[in-house]
Amino acid sequence: MADAVLLVIGACFVLPLLWLVLGSLDPAAGHGTKVPLRPALDNFSAVLTPELLFRPLWNSLLLSAGTGAVTLAAAVLAAYPLSRFRSRFNTPFLYGILFGTCLPVTAIMVPVYGLFVQLQLLDSLPATVLFLSATSLPMAIWMTRNFMDAVPLAVEEAAWVDGASRLAALRSIVLPLMGPGLGVVFIFVFIQAWGNFFVPFVLLLSEANQPAAVSIFSFFGQYGAVAYGQLAAFSILYSLPVLALYGIVARGAGNPLALSGAVRG
Amino acid sequence: MARHHQRRQLARYLPVLPAILLLAVFLAGPVLWAFQASLTNAGLTGRHARNPEWVGLENYQRLLQDPVFPLSLALTVLFVGGSAVLGQNVLGLALAVLLRRARPAVSAVVGTAVVAAWVLPEIVAAFAAYAFFSRDGTLNQLLGGMGLAEVDWLYAVPMLAVIMANVWRGTAFSMLVYRAALGGVPAELTEAAHMDGAGAWQRLVFITLPVIRGSIATNLMLVTLQTLAVFTLIWVMTAGGPANGSSTLPVMAYQEAFKFGDIGYGTAVASVLILIGAVFGAAYLRLLREQKP
Repeated sequence: MADAVLLVIGACFVLPLLWLVLGSLDPAAGHGTKVPLRPALDNFSAVLTPELLFRPLWNSLLLSAGTGAVTLAAAVLAAYPLSRFRSRFNTPFLYGILFGTCLPVTAIMVPVYGLFVQLQLLDSLPATVLFLSATSLPMAIWMTRNFMDAVPLAVEEAAWVDGASRLAALRSIVLPLMGPGLGVVFIFVFIQAWGNFFVPFVLLLSEANQPAAVSIFSFFGQYGAVAYGQLAAFSILYSLPVLALYGIVARGAGNPLALSGAVRG
Repeated sequence: MARHHQRRQLARYLPVLPAILLLAVFLAGPVLWAFQASLTNAGLTGRHARNPEWVGLENYQRLLQDPVFPLSLALTVLFVGGSAVLGQNVLGLALAVLLRRARPAVSAVVGTAVVAAWVLPEIVAAFAAYAFFSRDGTLNQLLGGMGLAEVDWLYAVPMLAVIMANVWRGTAFSMLVYRAALGGVPAELTEAAHMDGAGAWQRLVFITLPVIRGSIATNLMLVTLQTLAVFTLIWVMTAGGPANGSSTLPVMAYQEAFKFGDIGYGTAVASVLILIGAVFGAAYLRLLREQKP
């Protein structure tokens, strides 16, 4: 009984995705889902050009890896005192940034655009990286601090006894022990940045800077004609990296919730 | 001595500085800027782009008279209530319960399908949903195949279409939250109730749900906040149309600011949205503190 109900629900979830897969193999694809008369890889080969695929994906990579690196660095630095020292500052700060995660980012985009105009940062990849880092930082700090709390202080103290400074102990003892956790945080931030559409759509204007999420509109012709087959093929190639990364984390971490950003105290 | 201690304390917290700077400039800054800009007539281009003038509460007065605003507010409530509170939350719980009863192979396949819709980049999910609900899309093909009447979903019932699309897109989150929560329900509890002759439904309603009520409250709060911010899905599927028929607050703020070039008015709409998010955010923090023993 449970099996049957589940399979029906599962089918409903797969159906919209079926169009992507079948459409990408059908050179004459439209809105509808149909098994291609002559399945071919024409759409994929049409998409495999520097302009259509490689440059947007490279921009996506720069954006996501940059955001991951900046976020992780700032999160590790911030998490250390929050995890290791007791202070009246900790709780208000942690709840304050948690409150920050609650603000709807889409509501902030209009003011952020205004801010970027004033600071003349529009169409700047580094500035967009910094903004994306700021939006993912609260969650990253929470996750990093939780992972750091799990590294016992005793291990670190042993290094101090041997004459290592706090920074040296952090680098050579604590961070390696947190390795898998830091990987989860990085991938989590990377996936979010890779999939984000609205932020680069508002902040990055020139084609040379646009990531795949925004350049996908190049499949919409000027007169309303849409190359659906190519759109589907491009979507699949663009989605594969995050599907693979998610697979790694879900398998390795055992708890896919680590990725969901669900915070519980 | 006290001063020395204070200085040491300050030095210890120095590493937090980069994070604070980033958050202050790119998160707190825009929020404050929004409240300020909503009191001006800042424009996207032209004279008012360079030298916005102070107009006081004019934008908010206009908001109260604009017939689109109450509509947009109502649509936002409908969207959040329908797709998050009802759709994702209930379906997510149902899936989590069913996944524990089904055969492992079935639950692995179905779980993956549900999560796939959620992991995909938002623009890809939005295009897939657009194609699915469009006039000659998959849904109408299915209905036609079953001999039922076809519906032009995106034009005739745009809200229903975007609500269903958002349930499809976001249910995985609730499912994962409830899967973790159900895993923490002690087996003795439900077994004892089983011995006492309680049926499956009774066990769910009287034992399981009360035990996981903390997770239910947390999940409701988080999906509400996430859904409040949904823009891309609606914008790709209907662009807020037809005739503002699916223009929730994020879509309205975007259109006023970027389509009609009125940054001042757009930020006024955005400010309202930020305030709504802040209220739910404060409620969420309270909830977390209460749950902590």
